[in-house]
Amino acid sequence: MHAIEARGLVKQFDDFRAVDGIDLNVPEGSIYGVLGPNGAGKTTTLRMLLGIIDPDGGTRTLLGSDRPLSQAHQVGYLPEERGLYQSMRAIDTIAFMGALRGLPLKEGARRGRILLEEAGLGEAADRQIRQLSKGMAQTVQLMGTIVHEPKLIVLDEPFSGLDALNQAKLERMIRAQASRGVTIIFSTHVIAHAERLCERIAIIAKGKISFDGLVQTARDRLRPQVHLETETLDGPWRAALPADCKIEGNWWHFTLPESGVEPLLKALVEGKAGVRSLSIERPGLHDAFVAIAGETVAAEMDQQDAGDRL
Amino acid sequence: MMETLRAAFVIGRRDFTAIIFSKAFFFFLLGPMFPILVGVAAGSLSGQVARDMERPTIGVAMVKADSVKMLAARETLAEELGDRRLPVLKEVPPISEAETAEHLLKDKKNGLIAVLSGTLDKPVMTGTKSPIENWEGEIALISAYAKSGGQWSLPDVDTRLVKQSAGNVKQLRLVTAQSSQVLLFMLTMLLAGMVLSNLVEEKSNKIIEILAASVPMDAVFLGKLFAMLAMAFVGITVWASIGGVLALISGSALPSFPTPAVGWPMFITLGIVYFATAYLILGSLFLGIGAMAATVREVQTLSMPVTMAQLIVFFIAMYSVTKMGQPIELFAVFFPFTSPFAMLARAAQEPVLWTHALAIFGQLIFVVIVLRVGVTLFRRNVMKSGSGGRVKKQNGRRLFGLLRVGN
Repeated sequence: MHAIEARGLVKQFDDFRAVDGIDLNVPEGSIYGVLGPNGAGKTTTLRMLLGIIDPDGGTRTLLGSDRPLSQAHQVGYLPEERGLYQSMRAIDTIAFMGALRGLPLKEGARRGRILLEEAGLGEAADRQIRQLSKGMAQTVQLMGTIVHEPKLIVLDEPFSGLDALNQAKLERMIRAQASRGVTIIFSTHVIAHAERLCERIAIIAKGKISFDGLVQTARDRLRPQVHLETETLDGPWRAALPADCKIEGNWWHFTLPESGVEPLLKALVEGKAGVRSLSIERPGLHDAFVAIAGETVAAEMDQQDAGDRL
Repeated sequence: MMETLRAAFVIGRRDFTAIIFSKAFFFFLLGPMFPILVGVAAGSLSGQVARDMERPTIGVAMVKADSVKMLAARETLAEELGDRRLPVLKEVPPISEAETAEHLLKDKKNGLIAVLSGTLDKPVMTGTKSPIENWEGEIALISAYAKSGGQWSLPDVDTRLVKQSAGNVKQLRLVTAQSSQVLLFMLTMLLAGMVLSNLVEEKSNKIIEILAASVPMDAVFLGKLFAMLAMAFVGITVWASIGGVLALISGSALPSFPTPAVGWPMFITLGIVYFATAYLILGSLFLGIGAMAATVREVQTLSMPVTMAQLIVFFIAMYSVTKMGQPIELFAVFFPFTSPFAMLARAAQEPVLWTHALAIFGQLIFVVIVLRVGVTLFRRNVMKSGSGGRVKKQNGRRLFGLLRVGN
């Protein structure tokens, strides 16, 4: 079963096609990452999936319904542009956000106090939002997103603007929710978060999906990299190395051949290459992303990530 | 439908409590007090000025005996007609070659507006045009009474008071109609404008996206509209209570209006309903327009033409009051923005009730239509992008998106 299914989603803003025929399948209970640089169409896609805006083409179902707002009581959403009523108390904010999703105010307030206590913000419950730090206010908003115990949580760039400590807290929260069987989909332009958290990802660039599947599948698109240091630079063992391998002094860098590591090792030993060092590096999601989305898109995302950290 | 109403209630309750318990609302309640205080102060000041002003004085420059008779006649008539209805007469030296009427009028010490000379049979009044036109009749009356030597006896008139007469009932109800329209307009103008900036808070707080993802936008608009309506009723209740206390204190000093055609209880009920519909119609329009605005500055830019449009609506309604059944009045009745005003005026002048039921139904239907259009425009023109580069480009187009409904 899929918590979210989308087929051929299209969204056009005047002369700009923000989303251009996107297909998505988010399995129930999974942590799903939507990767792409700013302006790739991630937010627009999420908004269409949630029913905030209507697509110009294609279909989408959210928790089995093609009317996403009808499932709003089972969905939690943290938008990229965070916002709260500044004069509202933290506890009332959480209760209000729960009430919007159908949770009675009293119950929302009760659960809100528990959530704030768990997050170490119990003393902030009765303070106005304007009296809280930015990080605390963001935590309050996150509590409001989950207070009604949704089946599906949608987070748009949730790590953006958070310091390292709060990023780690958020990662823990995402894992905790996932362990309860909650489906989580989040967008990010930081590959490391997706790599640490997600089982499945979609890569979006210029309004199109370049990849949708398991993180492992994305990685498997690339062969492992071999880094070899030998005593000799020539011998019959050279025939076992690919033709396009790079040489730096006594170091050889190449992609592991299709035949695997055993024939390579055998050739090196029998050919008396004098192996000083041999490491096989599995490709990371970043490498897979570069391979799938292209160098330009990856460079854009790296740049945005660096900008965020500044 | 039930979900929409539930969500609207959640949003309405939040907005209502946020407004009512804010300091700004307290100052808002005080708002109308200032023009009233200024009005009362200005009124009392102008009254004092009027009282302090010297009464128009006419110099009597007749022979001594005639002058004495004129002054005595004036005093006697003043007792019957009221002192302020007659000019003050002041005996001055009789006209001579040295002392012409022109000389007397030029003398600032005398302060005369006219000079009366001649005889009781043929009085001569010298002065500028205005005093002569204003007081010629009164001077003739005083002269005639003086000439009779006080022989006139003015009969006592037996007075019997009735509340109204058939001859002037229409005229009096017109006063009620116009007064109620002015009140309705002032309240609508004062309160509905607040809706214009209502959605800006959500947009500047960026909470609008949470609302849009949680509940139908119809519920957001509906909740906000009714929260503001409830706030308006709180304001009106406070002002009416203060007005009631002032009325009790001042007793009969306040004007009493003639009974409207449908009777006071029904007229007040209809007044409340028509305030609600006028407020909802204008409020839903404001909400739709305000939803397009991203900043307070944009709201201010928008508010000017809207205020002008409000005035036009009011003038049409006011003009139609005296044209019952004529095309302009029928237009005012059917045109949704003028309908509440025109129908309230009808309630003051005609006892028929079924037309009100029909009008209220039509006005509510129009509210729903305007709200739906507002929601559609909002969904079409707002939240076009995330933090990508498109947002800034879109901002300038939001206002004008109203003009591109069909794209």
